[in-house]
Amino acid sequence: MMRRIGTVVLAGLLTACAGQPSTQLRGTGDLGIVIERAAGSVQIVEHSHNTTLARVEGLGDLSHASVVFSRDARFAYVFGRDGGLTKIDMLTAKIDKRIIQGGNSIGGAISQDGRLIAVGNYEPGGVKVFDADTLELVADIPATTVADGSRGSRVVGMVDAPGQKFLVSLFDTGEIWIADFSKSNTPKITRFTNIGDQPYDSMLTPDGRYYIAGLFGEDGMALLDLWHPEKGVKRILDGYGRGSEKLPVYKMPHLEGWTVAGDHAFVPAIGRHKVLVMDTNTWQQTGSIDTVGQPVFVMARPDARQIWVNFAFPDNQFVQVIDSETHEILATLEPGPGVLHMEFTPRGEHIWISVRDKGEVQVWDTATLKKLHTLPADNPSGIFFSDRAHRIGL
Amino acid sequence: MTVTKIASQFFGVIMMSLLPLSLSVAAPLSTERQATLEHLLIQDCGSCHGLRMTGGLGPALTPQLLADKSRESLIATVMFGRPGTAMPPWDALLNEQEAAWMIDRLLQGVTP
Repeated sequence: MMRRIGTVVLAGLLTACAGQPSTQLRGTGDLGIVIERAAGSVQIVEHSHNTTLARVEGLGDLSHASVVFSRDARFAYVFGRDGGLTKIDMLTAKIDKRIIQGGNSIGGAISQDGRLIAVGNYEPGGVKVFDADTLELVADIPATTVADGSRGSRVVGMVDAPGQKFLVSLFDTGEIWIADFSKSNTPKITRFTNIGDQPYDSMLTPDGRYYIAGLFGEDGMALLDLWHPEKGVKRILDGYGRGSEKLPVYKMPHLEGWTVAGDHAFVPAIGRHKVLVMDTNTWQQTGSIDTVGQPVFVMARPDARQIWVNFAFPDNQFVQVIDSETHEILATLEPGPGVLHMEFTPRGEHIWISVRDKGEVQVWDTATLKKLHTLPADNPSGIFFSDRAHRIGL
Repeated sequence: MTVTKIASQFFGVIMMSLLPLSLSVAAPLSTERQATLEHLLIQDCGSCHGLRMTGGLGPALTPQLLADKSRESLIATVMFGRPGTAMPPWDALLNEQEAAWMIDRLLQGVTP
């Protein structure tokens, strides 16, 4: 009797395995994660055929969630607002591990060697670093206490940098930190203070050399040359809005990756409906491009021939496409209300756009500027493709 | 686009001033407008304050944390923002009645 049950169970298992797509061999280079922020779920998607493969639920509060990928591009690490850190196996569509690491977090990064995951926290302010395999705590770096002593500064702009380093900016205390894990799991911290008022987000050049923090509290950005950290933080784009009154900012812009074409970099202005252009040799502003609203993401297509921009409320139904050479607006697209994020396919022929209020992710052709596909999604926000696994600073 | 928007705001202001004062105070918000405001509250206020109002770059706005603050000062914060912080003034997009409605929703507690 026992043996018969055993045989039946075994046969059942074999059948189940044969019927599951997860047992078929497949690569992960065309996979991605779409955040469904209100439902606390993510979709696993693939961009070869523009389909959803699976949905993974139970990830908590995914307001402002972001994702990094393991170096084998199999696992996605999802950073949630409620301090949740979830490691998802994209091949089996299962949660591999999940911890609540803090009270309120903003984003994270994976180290150069892929062994460490760092998270920037609002509450308690600071950085926590975990083993990428086990999610066990490796290091806990509290933030500088704010002036009135009530709490630690909120930490933003977390990126990885060459030499097993993480960089962050401290919103409340106006600092940039380098945490160097190259010697041991007890990091060497280098602190740059008085870098500017309220750094809100940061980005790193693709070669890992320049770290730039955008400032919310004043007009300008803070630049750190990681080849020469001894030279300190330099102010760039200082006073870019001189003489004009600031407009209200209904959503905080983001700096993600590096939007550079030739010798020009493109960044969102704060409180002005403009994309700013600067020369990357001199870091001086060379121009500005009028846009339909407050830019949120300013992203270059991988070949840098176009710049795509989305906007803060109440103009978040639009996306504008800018010619990176002439700085002309090539098109003002209207994917629909609540455009929250955009992600290019690795070589840039398509862009995926999350349109929250339509409950859609749209796939657009970047050459014809036409919509190709629509995937249903529950209040989608961030879209993250696995090619990020092999890019510095993402 | 911008011109249209500004024009419609001006139009709104003119329309408001044409209404008898008592009516503009007393007329309740339509169900449709309430749904729009609820969506705005969760999705757009939620971008900074968290979809569950547990805080983010902006502070938490749970009923417990708001309990000891005056309703009027909360409405004023929505309308005029908080200079020196990331909280913008919403008076170009909301009127006082709408701001009050949103504060009351926060005091009741919202969930996405």
